[in-house]
Amino acid sequence: MSGLEALYDTFTQKAELVSAVVSRVDSPEAAFRYAVDVCDRKDACQLLVSGCAEPLSPNADGLCEAKAAQKVMAAPGLPADQLPALKALCDEKGIALIEDGLLDHLAGIDIGFTVVDFGIAETGSLVLDSSSEAVRLATMISEIHIALLPMSKIFETAYDLEDALQDFMASVPNYTAFITGASRTADIERVLALGVHGPLELHILLWEDI
Amino acid sequence: MQEAKNLNAYKGEVDKALSNSFLRTAMDNFAVAYRTGRANAFAGMDVETLIAEIADAKDAAIARMDDLFEQFKSKAEAAGIQVHLAATAEEANRIIADIAKENDAKKVVKAKSMTAEETLLNHHLEAEGLEVTETDLGEWIIQLRHEGPTHMVMPAIHLSRHQVADLFTDVTGQKQDAEIERLVKVARRELRQKYVEADMGVSGANFAIAESGTIGLTTNEGNARLVTTLPRIHVALVGLEKLTPTLHDALRVLRALPRNATGQQITSYVTWITGPNECRSAPENKKVMHIVFLDNGRRALAKDPVFSEVLRCVRCGACANVCPVYRMVGGHQYGHIYIGAIGLILTYFFHGREKARNIVQNCINCEACKAICAAGIDLPGIIKKVHGRIQDEEGHPATSALLGMVLRNRTLFHSLLKAGRAAQKPVTDDTRYIRHLPQIFARDHGFRALPAIADKAFRDRWESLRRPVENPKHRVALFAGCVQDFVYPEHLEAAVDLMADHGAAVDFPMKQSCCGLPVKMMGEKEAERAVAVQNLTAIDPNKYDHIVTLCASCASHLKNAYVDLLGDDPQWEEKVRAFADKVTPFSVLVNDVLGVEADEFKDYKIKATFHAPCHLCRGVKVTEQPKELIRKAGYEFIPADEEQTCCGFGGTYSAKFPHISAEILARKLDDFEKTGADVIITECPGCVMQLRGGMEKRGGRVRVKHLAEVLGEERVKT
Ligand code: SF4
Ligand code: SF4
Repeated sequence: MSGLEALYDTFTQKAELVSAVVSRVDSPEAAFRYAVDVCDRKDACQLLVSGCAEPLSPNADGLCEAKAAQKVMAAPGLPADQLPALKALCDEKGIALIEDGLLDHLAGIDIGFTVVDFGIAETGSLVLDSSSEAVRLATMISEIHIALLPMSKIFETAYDLEDALQDFMASVPNYTAFITGASRTADIERVLALGVHGPLELHILLWEDI
Repeated sequence: MQEAKNLNAYKGEVDKALSNSFLRTAMDNFAVAYRTGRANAFAGMDVETLIAEIADAKDAAIARMDDLFEQFKSKAEAAGIQVHLAATAEEANRIIADIAKENDAKKVVKAKSMTAEETLLNHHLEAEGLEVTETDLGEWIIQLRHEGPTHMVMPAIHLSRHQVADLFTDVTGQKQDAEIERLVKVARRELRQKYVEADMGVSGANFAIAESGTIGLTTNEGNARLVTTLPRIHVALVGLEKLTPTLHDALRVLRALPRNATGQQITSYVTWITGPNECRSAPENKKVMHIVFLDNGRRALAKDPVFSEVLRCVRCGACANVCPVYRMVGGHQYGHIYIGAIGLILTYFFHGREKARNIVQNCINCEACKAICAAGIDLPGIIKKVHGRIQDEEGHPATSALLGMVLRNRTLFHSLLKAGRAAQKPVTDDTRYIRHLPQIFARDHGFRALPAIADKAFRDRWESLRRPVENPKHRVALFAGCVQDFVYPEHLEAAVDLMADHGAAVDFPMKQSCCGLPVKMMGEKEAERAVAVQNLTAIDPNKYDHIVTLCASCASHLKNAYVDLLGDDPQWEEKVRAFADKVTPFSVLVNDVLGVEADEFKDYKIKATFHAPCHLCRGVKVTEQPKELIRKAGYEFIPADEEQTCCGFGGTYSAKFPHISAEILARKLDDFEKTGADVIITECPGCVMQLRGGMEKRGGRVRVKHLAEVLGEERVKT
């Protein structure tokens, strides 16, 4: 195994350890197809996974009602030249694609699609400049977060990213996130449960950009 | 939240916790699972170096606290954040309430913050008419129950799924099943609604990076992300000790914090916020952002030469995870707001003597916390110093002062011990145990049979036992320690023979006294020092190659505490270091120095297991020699799962908290019995006393022996 392959391997293993789903894609278009496919197949369990099927207080129930009838994918921050390709695929399946206006969807959206800045192999983490509120929300209120990670951007440890992170922090204001696996809790009897506040699933698409 | 008025009331609450069977099982499972989780998370990493680096960097930052604050403030203000410094908890709460008022905020969502727990922020904001909702699941649960946390990382670890289901039934007005997965989803929906409604988000911070004015937050649930994103106002309440010069420092702590806390490589989310970010629900699309730094004694603490290292704490909670006492009693009895070893200490500094007085006595001094602390803090040492300081402030209790007084006078101490032998006659039935405890002790101390004081102390037999050695290869001073000298002289006799047979000239300096650990345990610092000086005077390190002891607690105290006590005193400095260098635990001398080999022993293949005394495996970091010797002595060695867990003795601890001691002991004995071994071997007379007494009391068949006895018995003398 080459040094780089070993790096990708570590990344994949570590990410899978925390229940991320990792696949490789050869182009952004392949990633779009993957995302639309996941969104399309997500149907059956949708309400159940998000908690809206549970017995809730009237207020919380009200917010569930506010959820869009149509499936929603948010892809904020996607380069303008790539958007049409994703839009076409979404249209085909009747999925609403949004880049903005996430505040109208706080009840939850189906898919948040982001292109992330870096990967950290040692811990299987993603690094995402989330200074845009839409990017932040897409990775928080989506039930499934699908992240496209260019493989050239994977580094061994967080120390290797120090300069890049300092650059982020120097361009004020800035909100940078390390994301590792799905949102989780073990607060009840130390039993692991995924998706307490953030995404219930994290899919990482390693884009072979080199 | 521990608030008992006096020690007796505290013990009453401890007893209640001990009889809570859910808590006990939950804690036991956690203690065992944590050990493996942590080990896996750190696999392949040089943990010791990492912790040492964190400690150094933290110390450097603590020393520059005021500078770093100024640097952070100017960076953050340039970015548009309003930075405040609150001298007290009340002031911090007031500042935050004012921010809410000025911005016309009514509803607050909070991400977990121990600092906000410290200031009791929720109470304050609620009293000001604000609606406050905790969003971390565990915090929300305890908030709804009007309780404090029982763990710094897992605040609701004391509750069962059934209790949570009942609680959520009340909150939603809908019947909830006790299924964890579903309860978590209910919380997801109920709390999502709260984020949507909130005007103001309050968080803590794990890091405040001075070079960039950035705060860093770690969470698993992702609630801190929503709290810092959705509401139009964000207030971070941050302890001054979180200030750190560079991003690198923060990344370094991040390598240890999640691994040490929960055995995770990293938390699901780490969030770095620099400046007020885009926020569409805020005026001008920009978040209103404030950072309130909390002093509350930290600046004074930073300048304290003895106690400043407690500010290194990164709040990983691990010192509770491994604490045998926490495991028995849970967090409500093991801290006021901060929990675990660090909680016993911080309670004194942040919440005052009243709240700390009882809990600070409830440390058995096993050093398990010190061995895993992510910041390398000498927690048990500092706990004892806090205890001593409280006694200096309030006056020493009679028993403690009396013991201190007696120990300072060796001759008096030794004659009292001998008098004790005469007094015990009517209760021993001439056996080696005290058969009938005097009524006042019987109720609490009946969990183990107490050994009788030996007919003749080792020191009184020394003249007849000493063995002249021609051309000795090693010159050894034997340090007996009180328990072996007066209760188990046979351990020492066996050891003297073995050492002499291997060319060691053994001397027993008669003026030696108790090592001083018992008075340290009672917070009698002056007596502790006086006793150390006596022993340094009695035993001249220059006359010996080794100062050998069969008592792990003595070894650790002589080696570590003496240097701590006298290392800075010009009169003693040189001598105490030479002395400490020569202190050698028995197994190390026999195995590594004398080179005792298997061919000297019978080979019966009796099944044996080992109890690693706290002060051996952690105190002086000796783990392998005793086990090698057990194998060499012809035993089949079977390791116990909890080999290194404390036996619950802790010297005077087991007299002060007998019920906790009994529970710890019961678990240890179960664990040993599970191995199927016929004998438990250990290297500390205190552990022998506790384990043997417990085994005798429960009528168990497993024998308990000191390593020296075993080697003596199994030797084929040529
Ligand atoms: S020394 Fe042992 S008993 Fe004391 S606080 Fe630390 S772990 Fe707990
Ligand atoms: S004292 Fe050490 S082990 Fe305890 S919480 Fe702080 S850093 Fe963690």
